[in-house]
Amino acid sequence: MSDNRRRFLKRSALIGAYSVAATAGLAAPKHSLAQWLTQNFTQGELDETLERLYTGMEILESDEIELKLPRIAENGAVVPITVSTSLTDVASIAILVEKNPVPLAATFKLSPLVEPIVSARLKMAETCDVIAIVKAGNTLYSNRQKVKVTIGGCGG
Amino acid sequence: MSSIKIRSKRKDGKTQIRTLIAHSMEHGRNRDPKTGRLIPAHFIQVLTVSFNDQIVITSHMAGSISKDPYFAFMLKGGEAGDKIKIAWVDNQGNTDSQEHVLK
Repeated sequence: MSDNRRRFLKRSALIGAYSVAATAGLAAPKHSLAQWLTQNFTQGELDETLERLYTGMEILESDEIELKLPRIAENGAVVPITVSTSLTDVASIAILVEKNPVPLAATFKLSPLVEPIVSARLKMAETCDVIAIVKAGNTLYSNRQKVKVTIGGCGG
Repeated sequence: MSSIKIRSKRKDGKTQIRTLIAHSMEHGRNRDPKTGRLIPAHFIQVLTVSFNDQIVITSHMAGSISKDPYFAFMLKGGEAGDKIKIAWVDNQGNTDSQEHVLK
């Protein structure tokens, strides 16, 4: 009787392990680009977005990232921004707008042939911080600047 | 005509690449003022910049980038005759690309 039970437990453990492996195997192709895009460029709070983007990694504040953008934006639909940094070995730059419905605005993966400087134009729904996150080596650095928006950017 | 305009400027051994792309970049939360219906989301998701057939910048974005997006990048190096190619893919599956030769 107890022998039977032991065998049953052993088998169910095996089946359990199999199903975990199978799900993992099935889940793997889901981490495609399309999936990544919809997961990260989604509506939500800034903290959630950062957690999804850089799970478990610490982000250090750094003065070595320079944000060039207006302190007061008359039109939230077009806010020019330039992010540059004196950090070396820069792998990527991400730009986030704190209070936009979709906080992540853009990410740039840079090869060593490119200087760590990017310019873009953002939409901003309301007055809030704009955050740049630079991945240099294996460390994340961030800097932020507040932008006052006098006309919302939701109108396009 | 291509939706992508590319300008380049060589200075001090570096090359500045500027690009302007004609795209509506609708994030899907705007309403059509006439009908009151939501305008479907339509925005660029992936932008790549190649330098002599090698991808040097991969950018992902969504509707928080302004209509008719503008980007500027800085390349280390760059000689006359070098080729720059910029391509994008949007969320409705449209794509476009444009080549540019450095002067």
